[in-house]
Amino acid sequence: MSFKIIVLAKQVPDTRNVGKDAMKADGTVNRAALPAIFNPEDLNALELALRIKDKLVDCEVIILTMGPFRAAEIIREAMYRGADRGYLITDRKFAGSDTLATSYTLSLAVKKLEPYNLILSGRQAIDGDTAQVGPQTAEKLNIPQITYAEEIIDVNSTHITVKRRLERGVEVVKSKLPVAVTVHSSAPACRQRVTKLLMKYKHSRTITELQNETKDYTELYSLRPYLQLEEWTVDDLHADVEKLGLSGSPTKVKKIENVVFQSKDSKVLTSSDADIDGLMKELLGSHVIG
Amino acid sequence: MNNIFVYCEITDDRTIADVSLELLSKGRKLAEELQVKLEAIVIGHDLKGIEKQIFPYGVDRVHIADDARLFPYTTLPHATLIIDLFAKEKPEVALFGATSVGRDIAPRIASAMRCGLTADCTSLEIGDHFENKTQTAYKNLLYQIRPAFGGNIIATIINPETRPQMATVREGVMKKEVYDDNYKGTVHKVDLSVLTEDDFVVEIIERHMEQSKVNIKNAQVIIAGGYGVGSRENFKLLYDLAEVLGAQVGASRAAVDAGFVEHERQIGQTGVTVRPKLYIACGISGAVQHRAGMDQSAQIISINTDINAPINHIADYSIIDNIADVLPKMIKYYKANSK
Repeated sequence: MSFKIIVLAKQVPDTRNVGKDAMKADGTVNRAALPAIFNPEDLNALELALRIKDKLVDCEVIILTMGPFRAAEIIREAMYRGADRGYLITDRKFAGSDTLATSYTLSLAVKKLEPYNLILSGRQAIDGDTAQVGPQTAEKLNIPQITYAEEIIDVNSTHITVKRRLERGVEVVKSKLPVAVTVHSSAPACRQRVTKLLMKYKHSRTITELQNETKDYTELYSLRPYLQLEEWTVDDLHADVEKLGLSGSPTKVKKIENVVFQSKDSKVLTSSDADIDGLMKELLGSHVIG
Repeated sequence: MNNIFVYCEITDDRTIADVSLELLSKGRKLAEELQVKLEAIVIGHDLKGIEKQIFPYGVDRVHIADDARLFPYTTLPHATLIIDLFAKEKPEVALFGATSVGRDIAPRIASAMRCGLTADCTSLEIGDHFENKTQTAYKNLLYQIRPAFGGNIIATIINPETRPQMATVREGVMKKEVYDDNYKGTVHKVDLSVLTEDDFVVEIIERHMEQSKVNIKNAQVIIAGGYGVGSRENFKLLYDLAEVLGAQVGASRAAVDAGFVEHERQIGQTGVTVRPKLYIACGISGAVQHRAGMDQSAQIISINTDINAPINHIADYSIIDNIADVLPKMIKYYKANSK
């Protein structure tokens, strides 16, 4: 029986590289200037999935992502690197979902893919840094969880052994399958795109993307049906709309303050001998150092 | 109104983790503001007398689950016990450390309770809320305040409808303060009969815990480097100055991600929070999630070639120059002036 791995991945704004152009004159962030990327730790998760696929003879890696239409980009990206197929969960009704509503949605999508053996995801996404969706999805599916995985030591048809990276040490744990594993950034980096796969999948599109294409893909898709990426909506998941989006999210944002950097009285110095000499004298004099 | 609960983590030598004591200290203040009681949860093994470590923080009641299968921590049995306890006690607020353990268990519990959870809060306050859509007024909610979107915004999160209002907080963010050495609370033995075989399907095979070698949290002087330091080699300049000043070396997330320094040195929202007497920021631009971890420093010196770097706005001294020029001179003039 085929071993099925579901990788939960997210397309995120690249909040790590907020350069000057990403800040507006009033000191607030210009979201449009941030590129959308494959969430870094989800790439580590993909790599661990692909390593299992390398090892097992019969193994399938499926990417599941939730987001706007353009998030199909990361499904293709994963397929260029070795994933077999992917699903985009997309619907306006998902907008405003917090981690609880997101994990509810993801758990319904995972159930549609049953039976599965393993769920892998990044520990956290860089736009929120909450690390909540992995464990919450596991709870919704009523399966165990292993967080902060760094290495998969062993896997067979019934059990998995994982090395976890904790803040003060490491732990090796063994769990029954299926289990949800979240992957830490200390896990191996994801392999690069494979040219052969890039050629194979570069024309893969979701239905929405096809509608916006000027080129006619009908003939190509009848020859190569695997190019069709599936989109799942609220109806496809038979989701309870009360548990989705804003209404399904117990956390509400009361207030957002853009961070505007305020000046305090600051002395500006250079590396001149006089400046540094004076500074060290001052610090020593006030017993801050020494 | 119901009570405030704090999940207490246990170290290998059977002491309550610092982060939990910090949360109890904060929990005590919140409990007073809300005029409710403070309760603690301890789950582990060999816990005889553990309540003595907890009561001085102003804890009214401690729930203890003591069983050989409950230490070291694994997710499912701890989660099952807490979910059962919460279902019975219906806490108003539940606080967890934003640690390997707290960030593992809190989301699982929040999912089961279908309640809201906010990770890595940098501040917790009590306040009211009026929901325009439903014309509903809420009194005394927990404001869960945290940087978000890569630290470019500060969000205040509330959970108006669901209970408990759950939050995780990093070590060092709240202050640990004994409330009353003679404070007396009561002990409640947690019912273990809810545990089943299914709670033990994850088994720990090996475990290597190390006391964190790097102790930046309690350092009086910190020399921290950012992406602007440029390389692992250039960090040597920081270590050299740190050695002379008796300081510790810290880093921003960007420097850790770039592999310049080890993760234990990371300062900021997703690292350690520090309050040294002196913080020297080298090549750190000063994103808000970094500043969240260091802006309580008594004095801040920024060394940066970019005069517009946000860090300069909170610095007492901004040295606009290369660290390679500045740091060796700081060593030179420290030595010259301290003799």
